[in-house]
Amino acid sequence: MHEMSLTEGVVRILEEQAATHGFAKVKTVWLEIGELSQVDPESMIFCFDAVTRGSAVAAGAKLEIVAVPGQAYCLDCADTVALAKRGDACPKCGGWALQVTAGGDMRIKELEVE
Amino acid sequence: MCTVCGCGDAKVEHSHDHDHHHPHDHDHHHDHDHGHGHGHHHHHHGDDLHFGQGIAGVHVPGLSQSRIIQIEQDILGHNKSLAEVNRAWLAERGIFALNLVSSPGSGKTTLLCKTVEDLAGRFPVSVIEGDQQTSNDADRIRATGAPAVQVNTGKGCHLDAHMVATAFGTLKPAEDSVLFIENVGNLVCPAAFDLGEAYKVAILSVTEGEDKPLKYPDMFAAASMMILTKVDLLPHLDFDVAKCIDYARRVNPEIVVLQVSAKTGQGMDEWLAWVAEGRRQAIAAKVAGLKAKLVAAEAALSK
Repeated sequence: MHEMSLTEGVVRILEEQAATHGFAKVKTVWLEIGELSQVDPESMIFCFDAVTRGSAVAAGAKLEIVAVPGQAYCLDCADTVALAKRGDACPKCGGWALQVTAGGDMRIKELEVE
Repeated sequence: MCTVCGCGDAKVEHSHDHDHHHPHDHDHHHDHDHGHGHGHHHHHHGDDLHFGQGIAGVHVPGLSQSRIIQIEQDILGHNKSLAEVNRAWLAERGIFALNLVSSPGSGKTTLLCKTVEDLAGRFPVSVIEGDQQTSNDADRIRATGAPAVQVNTGKGCHLDAHMVATAFGTLKPAEDSVLFIENVGNLVCPAAFDLGEAYKVAILSVTEGEDKPLKYPDMFAAASMMILTKVDLLPHLDFDVAKCIDYARRVNPEIVVLQVSAKTGQGMDEWLAWVAEGRRQAIAAKVAGLKAKLVAAEAALSK
């Protein structure tokens, strides 16, 4: 359940942002989760609800998850290709000389605050 | 939802064929206490994403103080910055640190005990042991003569950079030494958490499934080396080594593979040579840093 730690990371960022931007409450958090990142969106939502209860800034906030498709660069094709999950072959050549170029990250994209 | 104006026509859409784009030159901290009247809702961003249920579409104009703040923050950023502090701390001291990750029962601690015994007298080695509970593993390492500190994560499923920084304070690893960090036995969570190590080493025993690199690809993608352990048991098993290596290379074409038995000593020389070379490089980098400092100090002195 590393989603719990990750969610705590989200709440920490919300609290820092509240201090920086001078808002009291977060209403919605848009979280980009890469398809190739190490996180399960369902667990994230479950943990978010539990973790935000302890935070004045984040309590009651809604979490919107945005899936970011995986992408890799195929060294053999010298081209960027779609990659649904790690371990999949290049859809063009069937090889595995792939370097992930997108969809590996988890980022807070934006906040609705008041 | 559109990240530019907050208009809410929005679903997650990954591929548009249109080719018009929003210029991204305006202030992103705009207020949304007024209604938008957009007639055209095909806004495009760098990665072609539209998302969320928009807020502007459901707002009653003039009643809400809501605003949108674009922050673009990596949620692992806090851990990453602590890991970079750890990395700098280790580099300054010429310490070569490895983060050993695996399932429970892969033989990490046994490999580590054997490693510590074999390196005794060559150079200083210390160990940080991560487990949910008990100090059994640290006790086993200490019995071999190396300093070890146990980090109990409690309910936690992985070590993080802060825990390791705290362990540095207790363990006080020697300068120009090797530090092994044995992570919590878990092939999932530790993949995401940088501790400041030079490399992650994934340990897989041949009594496990050879398809584990495909089942837990994040870990094998994050690791620089895979050590197959308990290879003395191969004659009694159906484990297909070539297939396992092929699977690991599918998720990580660069991964280095070693085959080791801590029991018979097979492959240990290669592993120890790799560790010694890593330490040599860490010290060489430290020496280069010190030389640069010395040159700067001498230059300052002669002015």
